[in-house]
Amino acid sequence: MEAMISDLLAGFPDAVLSAQSTFRAVMEAMARPGTIQRVAATVGVPSGLTRAAAALALTLFDHDTPVWLDPALATGPDVATWLKFHTGAPVVAETVRASFALIRDGGLLPDLESFALGSGEYPDRSTTLILQVASLGEGRAYELRGPGIDGAATLCTAIAPDDLFDRLAINEELFPRGIDVVLVHDDSMVAIPRTTRLVVAGG
Amino acid sequence: MNAPTYNFAYLDEQTKRMIRRAILKAIAIPGYQVPFASREMPMPYGWGTGGVQVTAAILGPTDVLKVIDQGSDDTTNAISIRKFFAKTAGVTTTTSTEVATVIQTRHRIPEASLRAGQVLVYQVPIPEPLRYLEPRETETRRMHALAEYGLMHVKLYEDIARFGHIATAYAYPVKVNARYVMDPSPTPKFDNPKMDNCPALQLFGAGREKRIYAIPPYTSVVSLDFEDHPFTRYKFDAPCALCGAADSYLDEIVTDDKGSRMFVCSDTDYCEGRQAAGHRGSQAAAPHKEAAHD
Repeated sequence: MEAMISDLLAGFPDAVLSAQSTFRAVMEAMARPGTIQRVAATVGVPSGLTRAAAALALTLFDHDTPVWLDPALATGPDVATWLKFHTGAPVVAETVRASFALIRDGGLLPDLESFALGSGEYPDRSTTLILQVASLGEGRAYELRGPGIDGAATLCTAIAPDDLFDRLAINEELFPRGIDVVLVHDDSMVAIPRTTRLVVAGG
Repeated sequence: MNAPTYNFAYLDEQTKRMIRRAILKAIAIPGYQVPFASREMPMPYGWGTGGVQVTAAILGPTDVLKVIDQGSDDTTNAISIRKFFAKTAGVTTTTSTEVATVIQTRHRIPEASLRAGQVLVYQVPIPEPLRYLEPRETETRRMHALAEYGLMHVKLYEDIARFGHIATAYAYPVKVNARYVMDPSPTPKFDNPKMDNCPALQLFGAGREKRIYAIPPYTSVVSLDFEDHPFTRYKFDAPCALCGAADSYLDEIVTDDKGSRMFVCSDTDYCEGRQAAGHRGSQAAAPHKEAAHD
């Protein structure tokens, strides 16, 4: 049975300004890879999503952006129903069609090459992964370099899959095609655009 | 009251989302031109509709906005865009490069160094650096995909063959992050070095041509040149006639119909700041006393 509207969690309290502040956080994250940005807006969070993932969905998703949900999110009805009501984004089963992929269980992350990587002429037509991780700010240290980083940046995080950065090495081979990732935890986010390179992974 | 009301910062939310997604991809692929569904704005193409749409998509109530046109805060275009956002978004506006969080610009980069956290939004007329060399979009797309930029070097070489030096003085092509050749918009090449390793985020919006591109902070931006004809930033013969600055980009002002002229800073905020600090040029009058804008 379809959920009643009254059962649905709220979206943003202020659709305009909450989306604006969340966008500035993700724009800053994308412009300064490795830095932790926070979502200031309050938002209804369906079970399975983190606050930052929910806020990003309301900020960036709409009828123009097919969304792929990982099995951990697709099995429960909450997330799909909430997304459909608040954003109108079509949920798709094929990873290659997705503008965005929401991933709760990174351990089951599909092969990155199964997502849209863009074309040489249009590398922007690629999937952005929104990956929920166990922590941002503590955990294993990763030293990153690339555009947006003054020298090197150190990101501490506990990520599944633990070989995520090894898998993201395809970004170097494929550039300008590639996958952009936003790691989210609670109300925090860190972006790893396709230009960011792992220098050293610490303990 | 039935007066028409507008959404915050004029654009509707669906349009802002579309532009915001394009901005994120533009940052992720430095120098690559992301197509976007440019809207009609309440000003004609050529007046900065691309920059205005980018600014509208990023602007928040706590931002402080500065708008410059050819370096000046006081021209019609700059004033009307500043008023547009003061009215539709209620943001604070300023003429100070230092204070601004978002700076929309046409054809100049401010003289004062930009800092981390600032966003510089360029108004771009022709985003495609290869367009005058190859009119077909399908071909220029492919040239970018293959990083096939020989034609651009031929163009610069032809400058040398005809004039003895690279005569391109504005919209001087740059290579971003050692990959994409990009048009820095018609800024004088004097400003090109400021784009390299800049702490601020640089966003470019072309409204008529429907393209958005970006340079993330701390990204390499190299002006194209040759080993035996390196890129040079021209130097002016005289300092600014008002503030005496010898390091700024100067505008030529014709002062009568007998060929008299003076050279003054194109960046009005920089020039006013120097005059307020007591610097004087050869034609400086009384200390600068213009009231604050707005």
